[in-house]
Formats: sequence, C-alpha cells, structure tokens
Amino acid sequence: MKPMSGVAVTKGNTAPGTDDALVVLKNVNKHFGALHVLQDIDLTIRRGEVVVVIGPSGSGKSTLCRAINRLEAIDSGEIAIDGRPLPAEGRELAALRADVGMVFQSFNLFAHKTVLQNVTLGQIKVRKKDKKEAEDRARALLERVGVTTQADKYPAQLSGGQQRVAIARALAMEPKVMLFDEPTSALDPEMINEVLEVMQQLARDGMTMVVVTHEMGFARSAANRVVFMSDGRIVEETTPDEFFTNPRSDRAKDFLSKILHH
Amino acid sequence: MRETVFDFLEGYDLLGAFWVTVQLTLYSAVGSLIWGTLLAAMRASPVPLMRGFGAGYVNVVRNIPLTVIIVFTSLGLFQTLGVSLGADDFGTINFRLAVLGLIAYTSAFVCEALRSGINTVPVGQSEAARAIGLSFPQVLSLIVLPQAFRSVVGPLANVLIALTKNTTVAAAIGVAEAATLMREMIENEAQLILISALFAFGFICLTLPTGLFLGWVSKKVAVRR
Repeated sequence: MKPMSGVAVTKGNTAPGTDDALVVLKNVNKHFGALHVLQDIDLTIRRGEVVVVIGPSGSGKSTLCRAINRLEAIDSGEIAIDGRPLPAEGRELAALRADVGMVFQSFNLFAHKTVLQNVTLGQIKVRKKDKKEAEDRARALLERVGVTTQADKYPAQLSGGQQRVAIARALAMEPKVMLFDEPTSALDPEMINEVLEVMQQLARDGMTMVVVTHEMGFARSAANRVVFMSDGRIVEETTPDEFFTNPRSDRAKDFLSKILHH
Repeated sequence: MRETVFDFLEGYDLLGAFWVTVQLTLYSAVGSLIWGTLLAAMRASPVPLMRGFGAGYVNVVRNIPLTVIIVFTSLGLFQTLGVSLGADDFGTINFRLAVLGLIAYTSAFVCEALRSGINTVPVGQSEAARAIGLSFPQVLSLIVLPQAFRSVVGPLANVLIALTKNTTVAAAIGVAEAATLMREMIENEAQLILISALFAFGFICLTLPTGLFLGWVSKKVAVRR
C-alpha cells in the first residue's frame, strides 16, 4: 500500500525513510460521552521515527496512543499500521497488536507471573516459540534493560525496575513500533532516568516509537518530531528544536511557559 | 453401656451412605466448577449473545429452589423425556440425575463468585495481555481467570460447603445418601436426638476440614499487587 504523502505536515524532518509510513492516522475522531477527545487527527509516523506527543492533561494524547493499537476504539476515521487498516476485534486484531509494543504508565505486569514469565508469555503463546528459546531471549532482554537479577521475582516483589521489565515484555514480541503511554509518570524520581536511558538506547537502535510524556529532556534529545496536542487536536507538529525555541501557537507557548519556567 | 447406646446403629450402612454423599459432592463440585467457569467466561465475553445467555441462565437457575430442580431431573428429564444418562438401574440413574441437577444449580453460584473475582483483577492486566497479542480466550484463561480464582478461593469454599449440605436434597429422588438413611433410621429407631446429632456430626466432619483447608489455600495463593 502506498503511504499517503502530504498527510504529515512535518518540516525539516530528519527521520530515515521519508516516504516509509508505518503508522497512519487519517481524520480520526473519538468521543467520551459529550467530550470530543480526538478531533480530526491526521498523523503519520515513519519507520524508525521517534515521535513525542506532549500536551496538557486531558488533551487526548493518551487516548491517541491507545487508539493506535485499538485499546480505545475510534468513532470515525482510519488507522493503518504498516499498510494494513486496523481490524475490528478478533484474531486479526490480536495478531496486529503483537506487532505493536505498548508500555503503560502503571506497568501492568502480570501479577501472578514472575518477571521471566512476563517476558516469555507472549513469545510462547503468540509467537509460538518453544520455552527454552523464549527464556533465552527474555534473559537477553532483561539484561539489556538492566534487571537480570530479578528474573524469578514476582512483580510485587520488585522495588523499581517494573517499567523496564514492561519494556522488555513489549520488546520480546519484536514489535514494529513501540507505544509509550506516559512511561515515567508513575515512577520514583530516581527510577525515571533508568527508564529514559533504556528508551534513548531504543531510539538510537532505530526503533519506531510514539512516546506520550512530560519529560521534555527526552523530547529534546531523542525525538525526531514533537506533536503538541490540546483539547483533542494536534496544534503543532514540528522538530523538537523548533518547538522548544520557537513555538508558533499561543497554546504551545502558554504550555511551555508553565512547564519550563519555574 | 456403650454397646447399648449405639445398638440402634446395627444393620445400617452409615459409612456407605456418607460415601454416597461424598461422591455426590465431588462429582457435582468438579462439574459445577467447569460449567460455572464457562458461564463466567460467557458473562465476561464481548459477544452480546453469550453475555445474555450467561446472565439469563444464572438469574433463572439460582432463583429456583434446588428441590424443584432435583425433582424435575427425575420427573421431567427421566420419566417424561426418557433421559437416563447412560445408566440402566434406578439407583445409578437417580444418582446421575442428582449430580446433573446439583451441577446445574451450583454452577450459577460458582459463576457469580468467579465474576466477583474477575472484577478484582485490574483492567490494566487484560489491557497488557491484549497489547501483546493474546486472543480473548487466552487473555481470560492465562491472565484474568488465574488471578480471579486466587481471589475467590474463600467464596468458592462457601459454595462447596453449601453444595455438600445440598446433596441431601438428592433424597427427594431416592438417592441412597446420608439424608435418605437418616430418614429411614428415624422411622425405625427411637433415638431421634442421637440420630440427628450423628448425622449433623457426619456433615461437620466433611465440611469443617474443607473450610479450614481452603482458608489456608486462599492465603497461600493470594496475588500480591
């Protein structure tokens, strides 16, 4: 399927494979009751691109992130991943979700399974790998995110490192794109950097990432593009440099003045 | 002295009768656990037809007295419709019909206990499970139900104890379990209080350890969050 050129309004984008659209949202709308949380969202994410979505609370950024793997169903519009439109509920949707990694604000590690089992489950049940192969890969991933020694603990026994385990669990599926829904918002301050470092490394390795976050440092250093949302709309969409030094909209200026100057 | 007090026991197969009670309980427990789990799965499913069936079943069955259900299995299923569940003699037919009735009834309560357990599993657990590409049956069987079961061992113990005592209703269709023998002994013997006390004690011997054991299991398997 031909990627839709002209949908994205990015300027000065340095992302690789400029025409290689991986995630395409077209005219997406979503309501929660009377609240219009996503309004005519058009967004294209290219292979290897790191897109950071920022904006005030209630601006729809988490909903946008969750809509991409259909944890939130949309009311109208189209979402396609790697050229395939998002299927409705069922096996096809499950297969597509396996290709889309998701990291949640509240980790959501499987509470009745050990760290290792958390990382092997999807490989065994969805990717149909044998147990040994899945465990080897899980241990390698846990080492990559720096929680090797915790493999046999249960999530409730971890003091820190949950989010890195959650990242390893998502990576174990060998996803085409990773979605991060405020991955550091529920962390102790000293844990935030560990998680951000793992994410930085992922970005350097060329992973396609959509990151909803309040970490402006991460947006500056790792993002190819910043998407600023407010009241359910994409207000601004540009490079991090441009956004942080020269925001065009008043809404973005206001937002930045609140979070950067105090 | 001792011999004279318990003389009336002679000629009665007390252990045999309680053994039938135990068998009724075990078969019905296993059956209602399976059928109750399926019902709970239906009630949690995204398919409206299944949800409707699950809800309808539970609300109809749990509101019918067990005696009516048990008597229906005999008068309705067997004598009218000729359902004999693969058995030839009346004893076996009635036993199987009683198990069927007890499963049909108890599973409604198992379903509701499990459903309350499902509600204790945070929604993020199933979201994370769906996000790694598990199908609905996998999300339910690998993530949600295992956690739900662990949180409802206590309530399920209640259901099991109630089931043990409910097996006495099988006497209504002549299954030779403890209550049937008790009725027979009360008719033939004079020691009424002693007989009642004996059977009460017998049931306590069955249910008390069940409750204590499952209480211990409940603490042991609880999911830490």
